[in-house]
Amino acid sequence: MLKFVSLLLALSCCQGLQHNNIDDYVEAEPVFQASKYGSLWPLPQKVQISEVSFKLTSASFRIVDAKASSAGPSCSLLQSAYRRYYEYMFGSAKKQWGSKNNRRSDPSDLTELQVWITSPDSECDGYPSVTSDESYELTVNQPVAVLKAPKVWGALHGLETFSQLVFEDEYGAKSINATIINDFPRFQHRGILLDNFLNYFLSWFIHTGNNGDEQNQCFPLAHSQRAAYHPYTHVYTPADVKMVIEFARLRGIRVVPEFDTPGHTQSWGKGQKDLLTPCYSGSKPSGSFGPVNPILNTTYDFMAKFFTEISTVFPDGYIHLGGDEVDFTCWKSNPDIQKFMEQQHFGEDYSKLESFYIQKLLDIVASTKKGYLVWQEVFDNGVKLKPDTVVHVWIGGRSDKEMSNVTAAGYTTILSAPWYLDYISYGQDWQKYYKVEPLNFEGTDEQKKLVIGGEACLWGEYVDATNLTPRLWPRASAVAERLWSAKNVTDIDDAFNRLSLHRCRMVERGIPAEPLFSSYCPREYKGV
Amino acid sequence: MSVVTSGRYTFLNYNLVFFIFLQLGLHSVEGVWPLPQSITSSPERYPLNPQAFYFTYGSQSAAQEGCSVLDEAFKRYFSLIFPDYSSGYGFLRFSVDKPFTVQVSVGRNDCDSYPDEDSSEQYTLSVSAGQAYLKAETVWGALRGLETFSQLVYQEDFGSYYVNKTEIEDFPRFQFRGILLDTSRHYLPVQAILKTLDAMAFSKFNVFHWHIVDDPSFPYQSRTFPDLSAKGAFHPMTHIYTQLDVRRVISYARMRGIRVLPEFDSPGHTQSWGKGQSDLLTPCYSGSSPSGTFGPVNPILPSTYKFMATLFKEVSSVFPDSYIHLGGDEVNFSCWKSNPDVQAFMLKMGFGADFTKLEAYYMENIVNITAALNRTSIVWQDVFDYHERIPKDTVLHIWKGVPASYEAELRAITKAGYRVLLAAPWYINHISYGQDWRNYYTVQPLNFSGTEEQKKLVIGGEVCMWGEYVDATNLTPRLWPRASAAAERLWSDEKQTSDVDKAFPRLKDFRCELLRRGIQAEPLFVGHCKHEYQGV
Repeated sequence: MLKFVSLLLALSCCQGLQHNNIDDYVEAEPVFQASKYGSLWPLPQKVQISEVSFKLTSASFRIVDAKASSAGPSCSLLQSAYRRYYEYMFGSAKKQWGSKNNRRSDPSDLTELQVWITSPDSECDGYPSVTSDESYELTVNQPVAVLKAPKVWGALHGLETFSQLVFEDEYGAKSINATIINDFPRFQHRGILLDNFLNYFLSWFIHTGNNGDEQNQCFPLAHSQRAAYHPYTHVYTPADVKMVIEFARLRGIRVVPEFDTPGHTQSWGKGQKDLLTPCYSGSKPSGSFGPVNPILNTTYDFMAKFFTEISTVFPDGYIHLGGDEVDFTCWKSNPDIQKFMEQQHFGEDYSKLESFYIQKLLDIVASTKKGYLVWQEVFDNGVKLKPDTVVHVWIGGRSDKEMSNVTAAGYTTILSAPWYLDYISYGQDWQKYYKVEPLNFEGTDEQKKLVIGGEACLWGEYVDATNLTPRLWPRASAVAERLWSAKNVTDIDDAFNRLSLHRCRMVERGIPAEPLFSSYCPREYKGV
Repeated sequence: MSVVTSGRYTFLNYNLVFFIFLQLGLHSVEGVWPLPQSITSSPERYPLNPQAFYFTYGSQSAAQEGCSVLDEAFKRYFSLIFPDYSSGYGFLRFSVDKPFTVQVSVGRNDCDSYPDEDSSEQYTLSVSAGQAYLKAETVWGALRGLETFSQLVYQEDFGSYYVNKTEIEDFPRFQFRGILLDTSRHYLPVQAILKTLDAMAFSKFNVFHWHIVDDPSFPYQSRTFPDLSAKGAFHPMTHIYTQLDVRRVISYARMRGIRVLPEFDSPGHTQSWGKGQSDLLTPCYSGSSPSGTFGPVNPILPSTYKFMATLFKEVSSVFPDSYIHLGGDEVNFSCWKSNPDVQAFMLKMGFGADFTKLEAYYMENIVNITAALNRTSIVWQDVFDYHERIPKDTVLHIWKGVPASYEAELRAITKAGYRVLLAAPWYINHISYGQDWRNYYTVQPLNFSGTEEQKKLVIGGEVCMWGEYVDATNLTPRLWPRASAAAERLWSDEKQTSDVDKAFPRLKDFRCELLRRGIQAEPLFVGHCKHEYQGV
């Protein structure tokens, strides 16, 4: 719905506290006014809306394949999108009255949207990737509206845009203005990171290798209660993951899994013996465990098997390998590690040991033919990265400096630092997310081109299914426009006006998106 | 942007260990939230079989079968105690458990009345083999006892229900424990209000403060002035509360022992009133001519007071509670100052240039109107801050400031002999990152210097959920379980509940219980519940 193309399933753990007392609140009250762009969100690159308007009726309106389109009735991705958008626009078919017998139309009606996939390969059965063409052109005029796109991915965005152009007149009739739109995203990677580990733990892969069950394409479900919160109700099964990936594909969304090592791995240890480093208290093991043990061959055997499996389960070209926030105290306490440090001439520099581990891991993952994303620390520590590595910048404060350094070294990068949506505060914080300019750092044009996008992160300490949706929407939508629309789309008042309508549209579509400010939606959320 | 100051994540290993510990299903009676005044229990436990579980009235009870409040409550609590049974799952087994009876006795038959400011909520609960005795002075106390009993029952992994041998004596520390919902800045569908009332009963809240109208919209459909909502609501058909809706809310609340306190805030916060009632608001002037905008209610016209008297007469007939909230906060004087008629009136009354005197004049008139209707007025603290000529039985409502300033205000108001209600530390619409429930929990409402008599004038506290950023999409997870932290502060003994870390695991369990009961309460921190929220 929001033209986000990547969804990160993160496997990590986090904590943070911040106290923030607001005593009196005084804020300029925003006043809603209709935008000349209606409710379009994110704003397309080029839009011309004319005064002329046409009626659409559920009885006569159809979305169809254009004759010349390279995708036809067999393209289920598009066919299901047609139905989805028809229902968004007119409500579900059940609510329609006598639609079949009654297919009369007024000459001023718009009766058809033709969808025309122009390139010979529509990519209908493929997966979206970081290089997918998402552009489209939409012409709404008599007698038919035409949506042209080289690939299905652009067509999906065009359908969303078309549905956003439809509005209700004062008598409740659906109308659309004659419109010409030419659209494409400013950035390729427009992501949302959801942190599942903490509240729903991906446990099924943890136990691989324990029983060498290789004929099973999937990882067995956890057999004990040790690893996941609960072995049946709190895990993702392979079927769940497949369902998520297909659901996302049908909406032009990539699913990028994150498996964060060597830190943030306490839960891995519960299912995989000897994977984690035993910490010592004096000369004896203390019984607790630290990061992944980087000195054992078995660690790398496990990782090789694990990532081979993962690379077949997740079709996307990229895997996120984490690599952030490694705590060295446990490694320091362990005599075997100390010995290894000596052998390798690492001295006392444990970041060298970390780099040693990451290097081996990256080589393993490279052999699966996948590209990888890593958190910025991996780059900061000077690990040798493949040229196509994507460095994920998350540390706030001087993220512009980091972007500058990463791109100067020739790596592509995505930005998350300003978009940590789990850090809530009172008031209209969407404006803060909206005002970010990702390319606002020192660097050449070549460097700027290496920024492929950004990600809104919603870490899970304080979030689960009870509050996820209203916390994410419409705040993440602010990030969506920054990543999709042209750089000069920065009018905050116009954004408020369009986003207010966009949030009511989400509510109507069943997404309980929270309000921007005192206001109302014609059809309030009733799912209480 | 320095959004991230601490690390992206810092591992808290002990928390994981802790969850696993919890998962063993160790049950403790401290699970009751808010904590009863006195509770003793033993490990001796009794199985409960829903097919042989009964609520009955004690033979000496003043209320017997046919008492609407308790009959309904028995049905409600049966489903809450045995959630699996009502969903028809898991009870085809052969064990013939002995019957278990909860015998309820009340000293007064107040089944058909409304809970009010002096209603007793005290109860005793004694659970032994095959029998529990619940005794209370009023049906409202019995409702609190039923809630406690429902929280004592727990379910083992194989589905069986148990309750431990327990003795409880309980009563609230404060008589007024409220939640404010703002239905003007966003319209809340009646369903959302009813759901909030359910959850309130689970935390033993007893006042629903309905901030029903304000500047942005006037959703209350008045019998006498239908134009107020026809022109002042966001939408005259879909975004209003009809008389039927209001009655439904009041009756739903009554069944749960909750008072409904209506607020019609004036003279400020009334922009929406002006749309349906001409000449009510003060015309603002720009130089010597009206600017076309309007300010607070016009305090100089007799028609204003005639209108208010008629409106409040209706309000007092619709809302049975003995209190009415009159607002009186945040009055902006600039419009009054600009208006030549108001200036002339100031001169005539000898108010000089002190517009607080004009506000005082207005509030006095309004308070007199409600007093004549036999209603106690509650007003926001501003009214006290401006002047002290208000009737002694008026209740002041503190909403401003940090602890030092609201403590000073508590001292000043109680010293002047007024009753007072504390809301300032519980502005729960002000969200921030982290476990802010701890701040709500550690409030000390009586931590101000004053005599015992002064302390007695603090009648309670209120959690406020103002509506700028809240509607039905996010109300429930934003309210719960954060409001429950305040609920324990207002109900329980402060000495027994001063340790916020001890409260954490109890509140965590209580939050899971809320989920089980269909209340979409958000997590306190990393962790999980046996029955997660599924309604996405």
